[in-house]
Amino acid sequence: MENRSSINNIRTLFPALNQRVNGKKLVYLDNGATSQKPLSVIELVNEMNSGVNGNIHRAVHELSAKTTSLYEGARDKVKNFINASQREEIIFTAGTTASINLVASSFSQKYLNPGDAVLVSEGEHHSNIVPWQMACDRTGATLRVLPLDDNGCWRLDLLDTLLDSSVKIVSVAHVSNILGVINPIEKVIERAHSLNIPVLIDGAQGIVHSRVDVQKLDCEFYAFSGHKMYGPTGTGVLFGKYHWLEKLPPYLGGGDMIESVSFEKTTYAQPPLKFEAGTPNFIGMAALGAAIDFILQIDTELASKNEKEIVEYVLKEFSAIEGLTLYGQHSQNKIPLFSFTVKGAHPTDLAMLMDKMGVALRSGQMCSEPVMDRFGTESMLRASFAVYNTLEEAKIFILSLKRAIKMLT
Amino acid sequence: MTIKEVEQEIVEEFAIFEDWMDKYEYLIELGKNVPVISDGAKLESNLIKGCQSRVWLDAEFKDGKIFFKADSDAIITKGIISLLIRVFSGRRPKEILEANLDFIKQIGLQENLSPTRANGLLSMIKQIKAYSLAYAAKEESSK
Repeated sequence: MENRSSINNIRTLFPALNQRVNGKKLVYLDNGATSQKPLSVIELVNEMNSGVNGNIHRAVHELSAKTTSLYEGARDKVKNFINASQREEIIFTAGTTASINLVASSFSQKYLNPGDAVLVSEGEHHSNIVPWQMACDRTGATLRVLPLDDNGCWRLDLLDTLLDSSVKIVSVAHVSNILGVINPIEKVIERAHSLNIPVLIDGAQGIVHSRVDVQKLDCEFYAFSGHKMYGPTGTGVLFGKYHWLEKLPPYLGGGDMIESVSFEKTTYAQPPLKFEAGTPNFIGMAALGAAIDFILQIDTELASKNEKEIVEYVLKEFSAIEGLTLYGQHSQNKIPLFSFTVKGAHPTDLAMLMDKMGVALRSGQMCSEPVMDRFGTESMLRASFAVYNTLEEAKIFILSLKRAIKMLT
Repeated sequence: MTIKEVEQEIVEEFAIFEDWMDKYEYLIELGKNVPVISDGAKLESNLIKGCQSRVWLDAEFKDGKIFFKADSDAIITKGIISLLIRVFSGRRPKEILEANLDFIKQIGLQENLSPTRANGLLSMIKQIKAYSLAYAAKEESSK
């Protein structure tokens, strides 16, 4: 009971949760795609748009000073949040996709040549495949793929065969957006480092469900989005070890990323500004700072207890539903994200019916066609829970799922 | 009956359902009775691929009229397909090209034809129109 009332306290901070869709109480379980926003984030965005608005780093006037300090303050918050060793290692981007594209583009310009390879895993989101394919196309390098086993776990037994000196960078997900599996990134980082290969971690899902310590992980790059961690959409972060950020050529050219410009020669600013050309989403980034403050206030013991209850309940109910296949291992090493199919009921049909019952899920290929291929299906249905989801909502999810299956089969 | 009249008929049918669940139950029922393409005829060439679901469409031109067969792996999509086939199949190309499909909106299913839904339905309608255009041109040239 105490559990429930505390989660309900969190819910009161999220106005979007308190609405009806199709006449039913909203049960929002598409947090893997994007999370809802707490009042503190919404209010800061409103406050800045309503008055505290001046372009950052450019002017001496009061408004510019205020926004600059909010923007740079958010950089400090992110630095502390992921325990980077210095604030200059935090680059603000538009999201995980933008962060990965930045590295893929800049890194490949300098470090990828014909005959080289990039290693990704079979479980990646398209955003951690396509930028590298594009980089390989430009440079003549090839993409190597670490396969998944039937439980959706990395085939670590194949790692040593795939990793050799021709691999110039490894880019893998902390947590799979489809399988919810928390990947053993520490092991991959350690193996890659033994061959002096840098590692990028796609943390889009990972940053939301665990505390990330980039110094402890020792990865060269860690990319994540603000909008999945209760921050505004269009915000993202690229952490990079400072000496790597110094070595990489700039990505986009424009204002704020330069030291001096003439028609003969332009010199670039030091990181992080070197990678922040043009007016950034300074309001969004400031509000990401507010989202981090929110996350830090969460009672982690309570949250993980609630999460555990939900996972146990859903797994128990799933095992009793005939024809249901859950993808990704059923163990504790998993975030509360469930991708599944039901025999005889198409995921899209289930999602449409459940939407009419107020339950918001994701269906389709979910930006991961290779994962669909791996498990021999065209599409899946996914329910992903966040800190504000209750056991009661999990019950409604199961009830609506059972009703939809009954209608379809 | 004209296309408009068939559309009106469908609108009246759907008007008897009060809630969404009933409406979808009816679509599922309809989906089970679509003129189905046999698995052997489900070719890459008549596949319309969406992120959400897949649609197959086959057309035959006979006596100045086009007859459509279609299928989908998703049953609600199939139900909507059955409505489209009821409206379009056995019509002359010119009639099809002039149809504007207002009925979809009137029965509240327009969200299923949004480009972002990616279920193949919008592409299917485009394909139906493309067939009609091609057959109309063929008819014209053979006159």
